[in-house]
Amino acid sequence: MHIDIDEIAKEFGATTALHPVSLAIPSGALVALLGPSGSGKTTLLRILGGLEFPTSGRVLFNGQDATGMTVQERRAGLVFQSYALFRHMTVFENIAYGLRARPRAARPNKAEIDRRVLKLLDLIQLPHIGDRYPTQLSGGQRQRVALARALAIEPRMLLLDEPFGALDAKVRKELRQGLRDIHDETGLTTVFVTHDQEEAMELADLVVVMSMGRIEQIGKPQDIRAKPATEFVREFIAA
Amino acid sequence: MSDAALNLHRTAHPGKRRFRSATEESAPARIALILIAVGGLLLLVGAPLVAVFAEALVRGWGAAVQSLQSRDAQAAIRLTLLITAIAVPMNAIFGIAAAWFITKFDFRGKAFLITLIDLPFSVSPVVAGLCIVLLFGANSAMGAWLVANGFPIVFAVPGIVLATVFVTFPFVARELIPVMIEQGRSEEEAALTLGASGWRVFRTVTLPNIRWALLYGTLLCTARAMGEFGAVAVVSGKIRGQTATMPITIEMFYNEYLSVAAFSMAALLTGFALLTLMLKTVLELRHADQLAATRRH
Repeated sequence: MHIDIDEIAKEFGATTALHPVSLAIPSGALVALLGPSGSGKTTLLRILGGLEFPTSGRVLFNGQDATGMTVQERRAGLVFQSYALFRHMTVFENIAYGLRARPRAARPNKAEIDRRVLKLLDLIQLPHIGDRYPTQLSGGQRQRVALARALAIEPRMLLLDEPFGALDAKVRKELRQGLRDIHDETGLTTVFVTHDQEEAMELADLVVVMSMGRIEQIGKPQDIRAKPATEFVREFIAA
Repeated sequence: MSDAALNLHRTAHPGKRRFRSATEESAPARIALILIAVGGLLLLVGAPLVAVFAEALVRGWGAAVQSLQSRDAQAAIRLTLLITAIAVPMNAIFGIAAAWFITKFDFRGKAFLITLIDLPFSVSPVVAGLCIVLLFGANSAMGAWLVANGFPIVFAVPGIVLATVFVTFPFVARELIPVMIEQGRSEEEAALTLGASGWRVFRTVTLPNIRWALLYGTLLCTARAMGEFGAVAVVSGKIRGQTATMPITIEMFYNEYLSVAAFSMAALLTGFALLTLMLKTVLELRHADQLAATRRH
């Protein structure tokens, strides 16, 4: 699914989180929203997911206006910064949550839910942790469970908020490849937020550099490296 | 270990020395603190508790039980249980709604609302009772209309329920707000993105995460609701056998020098409160692992 962000602006009371920004995300792309904290990247991600609504502007999914679409209708697989796993449910129940929440007519039967959850556990290479609780998992395992939970709803896009932020360097490298693999396997349009320029450059097809609620530059990693559009971009990617 | 090493050890530590951790106080300080805590507890909580039961049983178990079987005593017990059964669920629902509203939404006047929730803690229950009389009493327009239509509030059960609800309002909300603030909104947001409706999110994510705080708040609320005196004394009119709750009846018996009856009722009321606390402790022990799982993440 391709996503168009058309002159989206967002104000929280008196503070402006996003000045009107526009961005076209091609279907199947792996896009990084890169910027320091307060640059508006998370706000933009949350607007795509339907957790915030823009003050003005439109979001289009496959060319159709989706601005007023509810969070449930959007079917965006969202991976939160601290993963937000349901702490009172097992890993299995966490992953099955979205399938069980479907209206009766669209809900798969129990055997089908079991099958899908087990398949997802295989996909994230943690086949035997279905009975555990989130507190019993390592940070990297939690991140992968959060990813599986988001994938279970057969999302139309994958949105990740600082997916590697809380992990140590070694695990981070492994999971980067994991995300790349899952993206390539599912072909889902994927947007992730990061403040780590190395991560953005290494992982993404398209990097969107943001600062102070504005988009500074959109481009392929090598183009941004070769030709930083603004002073800010030059300094930020040198850091 | 060689002799040389042993010798070295001895010279380094002449005699036996015990090291204490940085947060540990010296022995006299520790003993003093323990004495103050235990002494205070015995004097202020333990002694009255024993006294109540001792006074109740001063003429034997039979007399105490018999005093509780009088018509007035039975009516008072039934009334208190009825009021509690109405007021506590109401406050549980109000408390959840208030806590949810305060913690999951950003709006102007939030601090004011939190202060308002605490109001019943700072307002004297007697004043609260008077307010209800002023608002719903036969002298007010609304009260007169209600009485004329056969639904009196003051000097009747609805007034007692109102007074009890007012006084015990903060317990559930106060327990829930810090827990819900600490847990944040991200689990709810995650559930929404997975397609769950608002009600489903509440049922399957919010409620399980707050159940212990809710239970704790509800139990405190129950204990307090059964024991409320001041506000109920004003609104109930203290009609024997009709609007006299257990605490009111205790006072009546006591003023009539029915010492055994008064203290038997007091002992029963204390028993109810102890039962609630025991229930809480048992539940905590039985579900300790779940408790730990939901508190840490």
